Formats: sequence, structure tokens, C-alpha cells
Amino acid sequence: MAGRSIRILLNGEPCEIRDVPPATTVLDWLRTEKRLTGTKEGCAEGDCGACTVVLGIPDGGGLRHEAVNSCLMAVPQLAGRALVTVEGLAANGRLHPVQRAMVEADASQCGFCTPGIAMALYAFLEGGEEPEDETIHDALAGNLCRCTGYRPIVDAARRAERAPAAASAAPVPEAGPDYEAGAQTFFAPRTLDALIALRVERPDAPILAGGTDLGLLFSKERRAFDAIVSVARVEELCRLEVGDDEIEIGAAVTYTRALPVLDAEYPGMGELIRRIGSRQIRNLGTIGGNIGNASPIGDTLPCLIALDATLMLRGPDGARLMPVEDFFLDYRRTDLHPDEVIEAVRIPRLAPDEVFRTYKVSKRYDQDISAVIGAYRLTVADGLVSDARIAYGGMAATPKRARRAERVLTGAVWSEAAVAAARRAIADDFEPIDDFRAGARYRAAVAANLLDRLYLETTGGADAPTGVFAL
Amino acid sequence: MTGSALKGGVHRGWRHDSAEKHVTGRAVYIDDMPPVPGTQEIWLATSPHPYARILSIDCAAARALPGVSAVVTAADIPGVNDIAPIFSGEPILADGVAEYAGHPVAAVAASDRDTARRAAALVAVDYEELDPVLSIEEALERESYVAKPQVMKRGDATAAIAAAPHRISGEAGCGGQDHFYLEGQVALAVPQEDSDMLVYSSTQHPTEVQHGVAHTLGVPANAVTVEVRRMGGAFGGKESQATIVAAIAAVLARASGRPAKLRLARDDDMIVTGKRHDFLFRYEAGFDDTGRIAGLDILFAARAGNVADLSTSVMGRALCHADNCYDIPNAHFRGYCCKTNTVSNTAFRGFGGPQGMVVIELAIEHIARTLGIGVEAVRRANYYGEAPRNVTPYGQVVDDNIVEQVVDRLSERAEYEARRREVAAFNETSPVVRKGIAMVPIKFGISFNVKSLNQAGALVHVYTDGSVHLNHGGTEMGQGLYVKVAQVVSEAFQIDLDRIKVSAASTGKVPNTSATAASSGSDLNGMAALDAANRIKERMTGVAADHFGVEPAEIRFADNRVYAGNRSLAFEEVAKMSWAERVSLSATGFYRTPDIHWDPVTMQGRPFFYYAYGACIAEVAIDALTGENRVLRADILEDCGTSLNPAIDLGQIEGGFVQGMGWVTMEELWWDGEGRLRTHGPSTYKIPGSRDVPPVFNVHILEDSPNPHPTIFRSKAVGEPPLMLALSVWLAIRDAVSSLAGHRRFVRLDPPATPERVLAAVEEVRAP
Repeated sequence: MAGRSIRILLNGEPCEIRDVPPATTVLDWLRTEKRLTGTKEGCAEGDCGACTVVLGIPDGGGLRHEAVNSCLMAVPQLAGRALVTVEGLAANGRLHPVQRAMVEADASQCGFCTPGIAMALYAFLEGGEEPEDETIHDALAGNLCRCTGYRPIVDAARRAERAPAAASAAPVPEAGPDYEAGAQTFFAPRTLDALIALRVERPDAPILAGGTDLGLLFSKERRAFDAIVSVARVEELCRLEVGDDEIEIGAAVTYTRALPVLDAEYPGMGELIRRIGSRQIRNLGTIGGNIGNASPIGDTLPCLIALDATLMLRGPDGARLMPVEDFFLDYRRTDLHPDEVIEAVRIPRLAPDEVFRTYKVSKRYDQDISAVIGAYRLTVADGLVSDARIAYGGMAATPKRARRAERVLTGAVWSEAAVAAARRAIADDFEPIDDFRAGARYRAAVAANLLDRLYLETTGGADAPTGVFAL
Repeated sequence: MTGSALKGGVHRGWRHDSAEKHVTGRAVYIDDMPPVPGTQEIWLATSPHPYARILSIDCAAARALPGVSAVVTAADIPGVNDIAPIFSGEPILADGVAEYAGHPVAAVAASDRDTARRAAALVAVDYEELDPVLSIEEALERESYVAKPQVMKRGDATAAIAAAPHRISGEAGCGGQDHFYLEGQVALAVPQEDSDMLVYSSTQHPTEVQHGVAHTLGVPANAVTVEVRRMGGAFGGKESQATIVAAIAAVLARASGRPAKLRLARDDDMIVTGKRHDFLFRYEAGFDDTGRIAGLDILFAARAGNVADLSTSVMGRALCHADNCYDIPNAHFRGYCCKTNTVSNTAFRGFGGPQGMVVIELAIEHIARTLGIGVEAVRRANYYGEAPRNVTPYGQVVDDNIVEQVVDRLSERAEYEARRREVAAFNETSPVVRKGIAMVPIKFGISFNVKSLNQAGALVHVYTDGSVHLNHGGTEMGQGLYVKVAQVVSEAFQIDLDRIKVSAASTGKVPNTSATAASSGSDLNGMAALDAANRIKERMTGVAADHFGVEPAEIRFADNRVYAGNRSLAFEEVAKMSWAERVSLSATGFYRTPDIHWDPVTMQGRPFFYYAYGACIAEVAIDALTGENRVLRADILEDCGTSLNPAIDLGQIEGGFVQGMGWVTMEELWWDGEGRLRTHGPSTYKIPGSRDVPPVFNVHILEDSPNPHPTIFRSKAVGEPPLMLALSVWLAIRDAVSSLAGHRRFVRLDPPATPERVLAAVEEVRAP
């Protein structure tokens, strides 16, 4: 029996949510029902950050603070969380240090992006990182400002001191059971068995992990669903294990959680994940969602294919394993059965003779969708390539291996000549499309040129930089 | 008794008046206003076709949806369906023909936004598709224009080019740009008694909204009051475009008899409303061995879109800035505003100036590459100087030229020559990542090209407690106009800034205003407010002189007090005394820019009161394998005259530069083959983020450079000019590409220099 209310902390005060349809976004709920209008709608697609709020997540006796886009988040996702909005930052009429620093740095002009930026910086300071260029830009990557040119905002981030928000003393109420309102139900099972049972019962109900893609249907398409199945609280899906031979990532593990593990193991993958969306997106979005979503430009997918990762799918009849590359059948179509879920992905760890690189090319460095993404795993011994797995995104209807290029390289001496041959082969591997992210000709050229970058980086012969962002 | 030191006045970096409200979320934008019960929300039904005859519109199903209070089409507009700012025939709802994909054909009001949206989808339109014109090239071929071509001539360019020792010719273009103000277009219309309408509009131009609403409702201007407290960004996008949104809201408020709000969702905002004009250029120049230009012929073709809107003015400013800082003894500039079946383009910070400068800066580089000499040498050979090298192609004498001084100071400060050598040395050993460095000087004309727009009004009240109410025709869009004008009044009365309250711009308080545009906000409104304050001050001076028994000339306002020698009264005491003496403490002020004139037919005159100067040196890196690029450093020196508020001006310079950097690098508007804009949200249209700002970013305001012309406290306008400083980024990227062929080849690389375009240029420059 589904519950009819959600209890949360809103700016430090207990708050009970009732009669709010589950597909309502947190942003709409804040602005219309709670009349907390400091949180703004700039795009309703999770790309501008004007709607940024901060979640306090119970973690080891305290609260971990994470910035999220309230426009992409369904209200029931707030269960078990403390929600802080810009109205909750100042205490007793005194500006929070972040706000004070922003005022002193002249960090607002029109002011519309400002509350979201204050919240992003509040979460940044709560995270306890050193305020350096790299961390500050990372923290601000999800927030657009069209007036200031950011310099004063970055200055404010450097000078602000960490301090708690106005009121965060009360305990966060535990997340309740499923929630229903307005003939719509938000299912939030806790176990894999319960999740599978729901899949069997409601195969048409959308699966929601972080909601950073599905949330667009709520936010922009204004779609309502009779039932939504959240996998975020299924314990088995939240596992993240680094084994001797492989890394297993549960389907509900967020990018934020997976980031340090993948960063430590696979060169370039940390940077790649840091370029997926923004912190706001990565705090909700999951690698399982990236796989299930099956976009040809899903950023992690070429990596998973090149690394020969295995998917664990689970249905009423148990688990089945499948190479990630076989999962993608056609444009956004997968081999997932209607009663199945993605349970986890298992990624082999790198052997000492394996070289891995991944490169993403987009118009903007941060928070942009790839034009082309390449991922490469080469096994090189004594200068000879014994195995090559190369996968690209943005080059076909699905993320796909460059099999002809792989064949050319396998068994070849890792040399400029081999790269030249692979370049020629790769032209036959793909027939990319023209669209607003890039033209077909460009995609093809970059796919080939990235092999040159790979060669330069892996042979160590070049002292010169191989990318403008390394400068 | 002496007063406390003044906490106000001009030439100091006072903070934005709303800064604390911004950071706490308490600053109220239109969509944040407490809803009046019964307020209707509006959604638009738009054309999916770029060009189609509307055979019929059936609104029955939409009207039948529960919650819907009104559905209107062109046929339901009570007044005149036309809000054209310059010409006529520019409807708010398509009338008989839809002229771009996204053209509003109907609007629905309902109890909530989702219902209005569902109803809008039920509006059934029967279209007959017509043959659209989708590109500038096509429009030129078919001579499809929104207005007569504009021609500017000085000397005989054709003869000069023919006689010159060297000639170049070429074709280039530049992209458009979406404003991407964070607050989308929004207006709330609230019916009043009689047939009056109160309109809250996110507009830079309250008076034009007033006129547009009055026309569409068929009521006199005095029946419409337009108010705007603040905008969440505008950048030119809320000049004429805001009128469309407000007029539709007013028509639906009238039709439903209830308050009605139209807030465009981001996709609709980007698809339905206009942007910066993209341009196509064809140029030909003749020059001598030193690069000195003898003659220059340029064809400018702008994508005006479906209607004229402000396009002819944008084109006028483009032609007036195709000289940038250079003397062109023989010029022939032709401007074509192309009618295309795409959204009507509009004002955007720079207003044609950036596009005009693209082509001259390109020509300078083309000349340098052709002669095999340095770009700076070509610039030096052509800078404006003493007579006769000081007359623009439009006949204005450049009488305040400081460009070489700005360039010299900046070059020295930024160590331009040394760094140019460092860049070259870096490139020697770096085959993949290439650096480039370039400078651009800027001369930007200040004043509206249309003489009548160069006027402003203000209203000042002094209350008996010494507090001041200030109102003027300028609007606050984040640029800090309110604090600047308040500083002017603070300076006049010598009272603290916090004693002055600036109230929302309202057509009921200050009438017949101009748009807050053309960088003119503080020039015009500051002067009008000063006029009003001085009128009151003169009266208070009389009262104080009588009180102290001295001549008015001996009365002095300082430090929140009014002095006669050593004796003094607090400002508020004199205010109260004035009231007791029945002396008015309220005044209107007015200002019109002197000495300007313009003949739009011959395109000659003195359109600008003065020029603002600046220069920027940018250093970039490109990746020759992917075309990815990044700005590594920018050094800016900007002429603000004697700045009214250096903190605010710094924000305008930095923000303008970064916005311009977006225009010349990553911001790409992409239409598909059916004329549909496919980059209509931040997920597809990329504006700069914090990491894109140059890691070394040295921005300075030119010191000791009061405006020689009598502007408000000798300051200069700063809103638009810095945007064009970002052309240095584009030129630096070109320089980096050019380095791959030893700077000997000239290749096409139009802004925006996206990775894709940079890689194409790299391939071209390396081609055998």
C-alpha cells in the first residue's frame, strides 16, 4: 500500500508533501506550492543551473551536501533528504558567507542565475574541497551566467568560507514507502526482488534512476505516468566493488560515486566523467542510466565497450550476462527485456600491458554533449599490438566498435605506419551523420585524428602537449 | 557642525543596488510576483512550416478543453495586429501567412500553463506550404529584401581599387547569436477599470510595449501603463521582441477578462523570438605596399528574417562600423537586409557593430598576408589620425581619437611583442597544439543612429525627511543603470546613496522614453536625472539662502548638508523648510543629446556624439587534430571616459568580452533543411561557462581619459563596446591556424570558430 505523503526537511524545517503528483518537478513544487521563488527556471532541461538546490543526504551520522537541478528532479526523489534552497542560506537576516562573498565580489548583475550559483557554491564549500581553479570550475560547470563573465563569481568562490545553512539541526525523516497522489504512483522498492516483481507487474512503467534524462519528460514534455519505478533505493543496485580482476558498478551508482574509482583505474575516464553534465547532473545520474538510455552519444558507453565490460541483467528467471557492446541493438534500442533491469556492469581492470585512453570532443569543454567520443584499449608488448579494442560514440546509431581499424592494428608494430593504416580503415568503419553537434565529415576526420593523439600520448615521444586543455 | 563623509557620488565603485536581493533570491522578477487569483497562463501555437499560407484555423477543440478561458488568432485582435518598431506590417500573430517555423499563429489562455499548452496543441491549422527562402545567398539571388538597400559612399572606391598597386577580394560571413538571457521573455497583463491595462513586462523598452499594447487593444496610449522593475538579462533581445510577448498577454487578458501571463519556455523563446543577425560579406580592397588602404568596397547582407523589425538600423550601424579605427579614403558600402523565412532577427549588444568590424579586421589580415607583412603594421598604416585622415565614410569627423594611445598602452602592458615571439617559439616545437595571438582595437560610436531616440526624461521627488524618490526612463537589466543614475543624483544633492530609492520604470511616471539600448542608458538617463535634481537643488538653494541671509551663490551642498560658509543645515532640514515655504520639491528632468544629425538616405552626418575606444590582446591555443580551442589569456584596456562607477563598468567589460567570446567561438545557431532551428536550448546551444574564461584575464579601465565631450560627469558608455574586443579571440584563432603555413596563407574561418570550423581551416591551410 503506497503512502500518501513524503516527509522531508525543507530549509531545516520538517515538511510534509501530499497531493503532489509524482511527476511534478521539485522546481515547480517550490515555486508554485511553496512560493519559494528564489529558485529560478532558466531552461527546464538541467543545463543552466538557475534552479540549483542542495540536498542534504544522511551519510555516516552527518549530512553530505550535493547540488542538484530541481527542474529535473521529481518530488518523490526528495524522500529521505534535507532540501536547502536559496531562501534557507541566510541565517537570521545575515547573509551566508557565500552570499556575502558574492556581494563583495560584484558577482551578480541581472541576478537571475545568482541564487543557483550561490547554491552550487554552498554545496562546493560543504564538500570541503580546496578552492582552486580546477575545483571551482568543476563546481560551476552546471551554472550559466550571461552577464558577469564569471570572473567575479570565481573570485567569490575563492574567498567564501564554509558555513552551515540557516537551519539544519533537525533530523532528516527517513524515506517512507511508495508514494501516490493524483492516481499516480511512485514506486521506490528497496530490494532487487521487489524491483523485479514490479517490472513483471508494470512492464510499461518507466524506470527512474537519477532522472537526468527521464526528468526531461516531466520537466519539458510535461508527461504524467500512472507509475514510475525508482531504482535509486534498491540496495543491490547501489553496490560499488573494486575486485582483483574487475570493478563492479551497480546500476544505481551515481557518476559522482563512480568517478574516483574509475578515475584511479582508467586514464582519461575521470576527466571524461567530469565532463558529463555537471555536478548537479552527476549527483543524480547513473552509469546504469547511461547504459539503459542507450544514446549513441552516451559518454561512458565507448569506454565500457573498449574495456570489454559485461552487463548483468536480471529478470524473474535470474541473471544473464552480456557484453556491453551487444546490448545496443539500434538507435536507442536495447536488448533489455520488459521484465528485466540492469543490475550492474562489470569492467575488467587493466592488465600491466594494456593501455587505455578516452577522448571526448565537443563544442564546449564542460557540460556539453559529444560530437565524437573515442575509447581505446591496446595491449602492447615489445612494441607489438597484440589486441586492440576501439569504440566510438557519435559515429553511428549506437556506440560502436571500429572493427576494421582494430584488425589493422592487431598484430602490427605500434608505429606511425600502423596508425596511418588504421586511419584509412576507420573511414570504412562508420557512416556518421550530420547534425547540429557536428557534420559527418568532421566526425570522420576527428575519429581518425584521435588515433594520432592516441599514438602521440602512448609513445611518449612527444614532449609537446596533445590537447589544449592540458595547457 | 559638519556632515559625515558622503557615502555616494560618482566615480566610485558602488555595488549593484540589488546585489543582496540577488544572492538571497529576494529580487522579484515577473514570474516571481505573488499571483493574483484567477491569473491565466498563456501558451502559443506556432507554425511548423517556414513559409505557408494559413487556410483555416480551428480553435474549437482548444476552447472546449476544461480550464481554457480564451483562444485568440489574428482575427481576434481588437485593435491593429502590428507592432513594427520602424516600418509596419509586423503582426504579433501570423495573419494569413506563417513566415517562419515557430511563427505564432494562435495563443491560448488557461487556468494553468500545462492546460494552456495542451490546448495550444489542439489548435488545428490547415496550411498550404509555400516555397521558402532560407539562406542569405538565396535571398540575394532572389532579391528578397525587407527594405531598400542602404548605400554609404565616400570618394570613388571603384577607381581607387582599380588604381591601387595591390588588390584583394573575398567572401566571409559571421554567425548569429541567441541572447540567452537567463530569464526568458515574460509579461503579465492585468485588466484595470475602464478598458485600461497594466502590463508588467520584462522589456528594455516600456514605451514601445505601451504603444504595441495600445495598438493591438485599440485603445489610446493613456489606457496602458507598462512597468518594469528589473529583467533577468536582456542584451537587446527584450527591445522589440518583448513587445510581441506583452501584446499577446494583453490581448488574452482582454479576451479572458482576467490577468494573463505569457512566459515563454526556453525552447519557444529561442525559436519564436529574434537573435543577432548573421551576415554575409563580399569585399574588395585596393592598397599600397605598406598596406595602406586606398579603396574598400563591401557588400553586407544580413539575415533580417521574416520582417524588418530593427534590421535597417542594425545594418546602418554595421556600415558605420566597417571602418572600425581605420581611415578609408574611398569607401563604397552596400547593405542588404535579406527577407528570409526564418525568425526576424533583432537588436543584440553591438547592434551591427560587431558584424561591421568582422569584415574590416578580416580585410586587414588579408592585406597583411598578401603583402607578407605583419598585421599590426597594416593597422598602423591605416589608423585614423589628423585631418584629412579623420573623416569616416559617413562624413563624421573623428575628433576624439585615442586609438593609438590605447593600443600602445595595452601592447606595453600585455608585453605583446615579446609574447608574440614566445608564441612563435612554442609553435616551433608543437605540431599539434598551436598557439595564436592577436590584438583588436575598437572604436564604437555612441548615440542611437535615429536622432529622435536620443532623448530621456526623469522624475525626482525630495520628501520632507530628506529621502529621495528617483524615476527615469531607463530599465535595469543587470547592467547597473539604477545605481549609476542614483549616483548622479547623490552627487547633485551631495547625499548618501542609500537615501535615494530608484523605482521601477513606468510609462506612467516618465513618458515617451527610448529603449535602454545602444549603450546609452546612463548617458541619457543620467543627464535627465541630473537636470531634475538640479532644478530642485536650485529651489532648495533659494530657500537656504533666504534662511541664512546670503546670496544663493554662497550656498553649497556637501556631505548630506547644506552650507552657507560655516553655518549649515542638514539636507532634510532644508527639505522640510522648503515644504514649509511652499516650494516644490518635485521636478521632471529632460535631456537630448546635442550636436548630432543623420541623413538616412545619403547615410551621411554626425550620428555619434562621441566614440568609445578600447583594445584587447588575446592568446589562444588550438588543437590541429580536433579543432578544439581555448583562450589562454586576454588583456583588455577599455576607455570609459572618467568612469561613473568602475566596479559596474568592470563587470560590463568582462561580461561583454565573454559574451563576444561565445559569439566568435562556440555559439552556433543551426537550422535544418526545413528551416527549423535545432539549437534551441542550452543543451544544444552552448554559451561560455566559467572554465572558458581566460585563466589569465587582465582587464583595465583606461586611466586619466575624461570624455572631451560634455557627457554625464565626463564618463563614456560601456554596455556594448567590450563585446567587440572578443574579435581578438577569433583573430588569434586565425593566427594559430595561419601559423601552420608560416602565416603565408589566408584561409576562410568565419565566426563562430567552432572546433569543426577550425579543423576545416586547418585542413585548408595545410592543403597543397
